[in-house]
Amino acid sequence: MCGGACPLAFAMEYTPRHSIYLLKEGLLDQVLKSNTLWLCVSCYNCTARCPSGLKITDVLFPALRDAAMSAGHTLPAEFKKALDNTYRYGNSFGEAPRKRMDWARVAGVPVPIISQLKRPVEALWLVECYPSYHPRNQLQAQAMARVLHSMGVDFAVLGPEERCVGDCERLSGEAGLFESLVEQNISLFDKYEFDEIVTADPHAYNSLTRIYPPQTGRQFPVRHYVEFLAARMDALRPLLKNRVEARVTYHDNCCLGRMSGLYESPRELLRAIPGISLVEMPFARENALCCGGGGGGMWLDTVIWQAAHERLSDRRVAHALSTGADIMAVSCPFEASRFEDALKSTGNEGKIVVKDIIELLDESAGTQGVKPA
Amino acid sequence: MNIVVLLSMVPDLVEELEIAPSGVALDTQWLRYLLSESDDHALEQALLLKERHGGRVVAMALDRGEAEEALYTALARGADEAVKLTGIPEEGLGKRAAAAVFGAVLKESPPDLILAGVQAIDDMDGHTAGALAGLLGLPYVGVTRSVDAPGAGKVLVQKEYPGGLAAEIEVDLPAVVGVLSAPQPPRYVPVARIREARKTKTISEREAPSVAVPEGPVIRRLFKPEPAERAEMLDGTPEEMAKQIVTILESRGLVR
Repeated sequence: MCGGACPLAFAMEYTPRHSIYLLKEGLLDQVLKSNTLWLCVSCYNCTARCPSGLKITDVLFPALRDAAMSAGHTLPAEFKKALDNTYRYGNSFGEAPRKRMDWARVAGVPVPIISQLKRPVEALWLVECYPSYHPRNQLQAQAMARVLHSMGVDFAVLGPEERCVGDCERLSGEAGLFESLVEQNISLFDKYEFDEIVTADPHAYNSLTRIYPPQTGRQFPVRHYVEFLAARMDALRPLLKNRVEARVTYHDNCCLGRMSGLYESPRELLRAIPGISLVEMPFARENALCCGGGGGGMWLDTVIWQAAHERLSDRRVAHALSTGADIMAVSCPFEASRFEDALKSTGNEGKIVVKDIIELLDESAGTQGVKPA
Repeated sequence: MNIVVLLSMVPDLVEELEIAPSGVALDTQWLRYLLSESDDHALEQALLLKERHGGRVVAMALDRGEAEEALYTALARGADEAVKLTGIPEEGLGKRAAAAVFGAVLKESPPDLILAGVQAIDDMDGHTAGALAGLLGLPYVGVTRSVDAPGAGKVLVQKEYPGGLAAEIEVDLPAVVGVLSAPQPPRYVPVARIREARKTKTISEREAPSVAVPEGPVIRRLFKPEPAERAEMLDGTPEEMAKQIVTILESRGLVR
């Protein structure tokens, strides 16, 4: 099942199932030398399908990558750089921690930093690395700040102190790096008082909900913004005044979808926007195709392209285009830039607009309606 | 073969560089330091030599910035010993003074081979290794892309020259080599191993010997790039601008 479910198995020297059989025969070295371990983008399809309940994504692939690193195998250059950067700067971009708040300057609303507030807050917003530093994803962070502000949510961010939660580093097999990020994050969470953590990053959500608690024995209430906002529909709905006349198709990302079963909240938010009509893609909900960015996939595009001659995001935008939708809605920072790039590289630029749900909420709550392509 | 690798810390360009009020140095208030790139390659080169031919690798650094992190990382990568030379002034030492300090330490029991990065971004002058060889009276080859040990008492180095040319040079040991790059990229060391090294290994510390600093260049003024106002901005639609670019290139004889 795992081999058949894997969207990149066709390009792997050994499918996940084949790898498991080789490992059973003691042929670890053969697996470590194959391209298989660098083609996994942690989409959890194999895990979701495995009849034996093997944790292929969370345990097997990280363990193989760990073994390859420990054995001194040469790592793909971009992948290595991202890990080095995360260790040194707390973000895979290699940007200065002091620049983590640069996006907030043009958010148009105040974005309080918890260390400066010096009081407990309702929601500690973990902005995470891509929304903090990536120019496309900064738009998502700015939209989120405006929506939270207009709803009157008492929120604050960690600002320059924030460090990567480490989900992709964990799935990349860098257990030591993940451990050090967990330690840094737990000590930050302990430093401040808040009712719950809110994040726009499904990967952070994935690790904070499922991995941090057993690893640290600590439990922090965490919600992705789709859950957080859907639970506050009474405060949100009156703000959504502008019509967004568009057919919208929602891309279920792997961490909120397959791993957490959060299928309704994002759709509920989209339906709350006046003017939007929802259409579903051929592969939706638990069958959704990954954007190809998780588990280190953001830093493995070159390797994956060389082996597969496509990126999963290229295939996924074709699913979205087939619905005839005007807008492809997402709820993960990796996806906006990946799908926009995929539309360009497949010659489909302008045929569909990629928007984060938070951007659509912001537009509906803002002063102008959106006019899709 | 006993190899000593000299590691130097250089300003991390991830932070904006500011000039100190003195006008002749960088403001160190917000400065972070990281291992100089060619020193990282020198360490990789040393580890490759050890793996192929056996021997011992000692990583040595002046105590500045995050030198300790670099030394623990070196131990995690496979260095056998790490030495930190303490008592370094906060503003650091110039390259000649650094070479004199390293020379005084290494003179006591000279290794077979001393490897150092051929240049560092803080001065781009590249004379630590060369000056050190001069002080110790050893042969020196700089700008190498590989070092091998085909037989006892000598190394075979590939040295790069401008224009893509390279030479293979046999060097008698002991010697000093200024490394541009190792034959393979510096290996990734899992963070777990660095954390383990911090718990299980120690860095030996010794006071940097006081040395007479040889005279060298003196910085009179340090300044940020001062752009000349020669840029011409083009206006118009992409098609119009493309035509203007063609006209400019033609007028300068750059296209026919």
